[in-house]
Amino acid sequence: MSQTSSPEPANTDLTRLAAAELAELVHSRQVSAVEVTQAHLDRIAEVDPAVHAFLHTDAENALATARQVDQDLAAGQAPASPLAGVPVAVKDVLTTEGTPTTCGSRMLEGWLPPYDSTVVRRLRAAGLVILGKTNMDEFAMGSSTENSAFGPTRNPWDLDRIPGGSGGGSSAALAAFEAPLAIGTDTGGSIRQPGAVTGTVGVKPTYGGVSRYGLVAFSSSLDQAGPCARTVLDAALLHEVIGGHDPLDSTSIDQPVPPVVAAVREGATGDLRGVRVGVVTQLSGEGYQPGVLRSFHAAVDTLRELGAEVVEVSCPSFQYALSAYYLIAPSECSSNLARFDAMRYGLRVGDDGNRSAEEVMSLTREAGFGPEVKRRIMLGTYALSSGYYDAYYGSAQKVRTLIKRDFDAAFENVDVLVSPTTPTTAFRLGERVNDPMAMYLADLCTIPANLAGNAALSVPSGLSDEDGLPVGLQVMAPVMQDHRMYRVAAAYEVARNAAEGGPQIQRVPQADWSAHNRAQSEVAV
Amino acid sequence: MSASVAVTELMDYDEVVQRFDPVLGLEVHVELSTNTKMFCGCENAFGGEPNTKVCPVCLGLPGSLPVVNGKAVESAIRIGLALNCDIAEWCRFARKNYFYPDMPKNFQTSQYDEPIAVNGWLDVVLDDGEVVRVEIERAHMEEDTGKSLHVGGSTGRIHGAEHSLLDYNRAGVPLIEIVTKPIVGTGARAPEVARAYVTALRDLLRALGVSDVRMDQGSLRCDANVSLMAKGAAEFGTRTETKNVNSLRSVERAVRYEMTRQAAVLANGGRVVQETRHFDESTGSTSSGRTKETAEDYRYFPEPDLVPVAPSREWVEELRATLPELPWERLKRIQTEWQLTDPELRDLVNAGAVELVAETVAAGAGPAEARSWWVSYLTQQANTRGVDLADLPITPVQLARVIALVAEGSLTNKLAREVVDGVLAGEGEPDQVVEARGLKVVSDDSALLAAVDEALAAQPDIAEKIRSGKVAAAGAIVGAVMKATKGQADAKRVRELVLSRCTG
Repeated sequence: MSQTSSPEPANTDLTRLAAAELAELVHSRQVSAVEVTQAHLDRIAEVDPAVHAFLHTDAENALATARQVDQDLAAGQAPASPLAGVPVAVKDVLTTEGTPTTCGSRMLEGWLPPYDSTVVRRLRAAGLVILGKTNMDEFAMGSSTENSAFGPTRNPWDLDRIPGGSGGGSSAALAAFEAPLAIGTDTGGSIRQPGAVTGTVGVKPTYGGVSRYGLVAFSSSLDQAGPCARTVLDAALLHEVIGGHDPLDSTSIDQPVPPVVAAVREGATGDLRGVRVGVVTQLSGEGYQPGVLRSFHAAVDTLRELGAEVVEVSCPSFQYALSAYYLIAPSECSSNLARFDAMRYGLRVGDDGNRSAEEVMSLTREAGFGPEVKRRIMLGTYALSSGYYDAYYGSAQKVRTLIKRDFDAAFENVDVLVSPTTPTTAFRLGERVNDPMAMYLADLCTIPANLAGNAALSVPSGLSDEDGLPVGLQVMAPVMQDHRMYRVAAAYEVARNAAEGGPQIQRVPQADWSAHNRAQSEVAV
Repeated sequence: MSASVAVTELMDYDEVVQRFDPVLGLEVHVELSTNTKMFCGCENAFGGEPNTKVCPVCLGLPGSLPVVNGKAVESAIRIGLALNCDIAEWCRFARKNYFYPDMPKNFQTSQYDEPIAVNGWLDVVLDDGEVVRVEIERAHMEEDTGKSLHVGGSTGRIHGAEHSLLDYNRAGVPLIEIVTKPIVGTGARAPEVARAYVTALRDLLRALGVSDVRMDQGSLRCDANVSLMAKGAAEFGTRTETKNVNSLRSVERAVRYEMTRQAAVLANGGRVVQETRHFDESTGSTSSGRTKETAEDYRYFPEPDLVPVAPSREWVEELRATLPELPWERLKRIQTEWQLTDPELRDLVNAGAVELVAETVAAGAGPAEARSWWVSYLTQQANTRGVDLADLPITPVQLARVIALVAEGSLTNKLAREVVDGVLAGEGEPDQVVEARGLKVVSDDSALLAAVDEALAAQPDIAEKIRSGKVAAAGAIVGAVMKATKGQADAKRVRELVLSRCTG
């Protein structure tokens, strides 16, 4: 059952199990879905005051769903999916009918969406138990969750450090064993970078592989929802639940979900013979933390030992990726966030009966958006202005085409590309809040895949020797070839577990989190 | 200088066209009559309880995404083909960004520099038969906005209102915007050309069955761009864009008004301000819309939530092959079938009677009779009543019945008019009017013979002439009989009876 041979002391604790293991226990009716759900709700109550992974939890609905799963199983029905009865946390950027969806912003505080996002609808249909909504940088803009209007999330490996962002809440919930599965969204690395710095698995599927309907848009051409988990298999199982064509999303690809679970099972044999792995020259070297690079090189060695053929690949246009990203994403965001105008839903400020609609819009946007969101709206507004469009947005789109060509050329010779997921391990809270450029560099390695639309994931690759913090290995695959990266990641995961005598995530320090109360920790920011 | 002056100075129209050349640009917005909206499955219908035909997509709720209505694309292509446009092999939507409360996303999803149809033309026939070819720059797809209702204040516009109500039922309704190239060289006829163009376009869209084309309900809306340049000048002058032009007549009036207003401004050494102007139906004048402190920058960029529209050539050709008979093709056919001269056809068109005559013919009447009734007697009646011909309370089917009664000899032309008058007066169907008014031709020979004998006896000298072979004299007796029978006799039959009495 367990992927490790050495019994973990906490294995009796349901929250320590992988989703696949929980599903097996529930489906064989050894443990009820209600017990599993309650265990996670208890865990959240215990540690979340310190971690702050969740913005809302919904115990009542979660238990009701679990009860239904148990009843259906008791009645002899087959599970609705391989993950039926397993709890999941959802990033607060995906709409959930009747429960708050804030996007980490004051602007949407108190808004109750009248509809479910497609991802959430599929989770429900598959019998997953939604525990609640996870914290994030406001409107998914940031790399640390410090831009959340409701306070930062903390990294379970070190509560004084950031859990990555924007989806830090989802990854921290996994690393703190508050949930076995989570949904994230990735515009420039918001699934993979938090995955890397929390020692969890984060997958950005091919753009169009998972519906964006109900995903509150930051940058429409880059946003992609995907699975977060503690194991590669769990991520693949979740991927198959949420993936697939959706007629409500015109950019969703009308093809079957790539066979990612099968690929994981294939990879788990530990045989990567015949697989060609490309190391991207431009995504390592100067500016990278030495411990991260050492971890990365060790990972590449492991892949070679598993039989993969490793070659160096040059993607020269990647050096422009960050600049192009910071023109395209703000441009689209300036338009996407225009709808938050106090007229129909969400925050309304200054409506005293005398002010004009225009003044109320202005006051509301001034009060409702945080500084990073405003910065990007202004950047984007400027980049799209007549007279500047060609120089900024237009040029950025050309860079995007060049990056796609780099990927296409690379994938003619290799099956997957690898790089570190992030240049550094988790930084300290507050360290980069006043230095946007330093913050933006956290997404240096992840952004190219968003710009090109291909698939990429981050899988834990050990701890950095200098600070003992998690490092992630990024594996990238061509469009709709997501299974390739899953196979490589699964093989790598098996090799690491074998070498280390068990999953790295089980070694998250067991601080007395309940003692680390929020009031104290917020002083540190 | 112009807008702020309390009384707007106008130049005499004849002087305007002596000194200036007008340039027109017409933008027509057509609401498509698809079942559903442009980007969602909500019902597309006029009116309804406010905010009942809405969903997360057309309300622009966070997270919602648009999906293009394939039927709207089909309509757009058919319109493009009928306007002789090239249909793009690949085109996209863009976002037009600006803040306004009736626009749920604060951007309008609209085609911009990549429209679905470009470079077409429409031949427009003026009242005297002159044909003007109006070049079409483009036809593109977009979505309509919601509606604002400004409560309080005097103007019903946002300025000065106490509060505003928003109805998003119209938000997301599919629109096609059809833009002409600059229309030059029409001189004094510019206002007429503008009206004729919108009329021709309306007829075309109606024939295509793609829109209700109701200007009064806003399903056909025209913005008129007008500028003047001095006679002989090469460069266009500054234009104004007049909105709220809600009838065909208003199109003509608005253009004419702007010409006279701009001419006065220019003649006084002023400059025409590039601005949006609002047409007032009651006064026939235009007034300055919102003053723009800054030029509007819509920050267009390609809509990332939609994929490009790439109609296959096979589909386009299929749509071309299945276009219905277009208005001008129909007129050509009608002219041949009904054997009309050019002036006759023009009169028919100018009377707005083509459809009515066609329907009357379809109901069994002969084309000549049907045309004669609608173009002369009924047009007079419509003019007298001050209504459109089509709004007269008589249907083509009713008229066809009257014509049939004449053809079978039951009515004379004079009686037929009385029957029509009766129908117009609301007295019922033609047969009921005939019955009620007792208008049937007297076809009973014995009754007629009595009247003939009476008339012959009354005028023995004429009777004698007839008997002596002066057949032409019979007319007087026939007239007397007709008078005696109050016109309800068939004059031809009366004549036969007179002659048989006098020769038999």
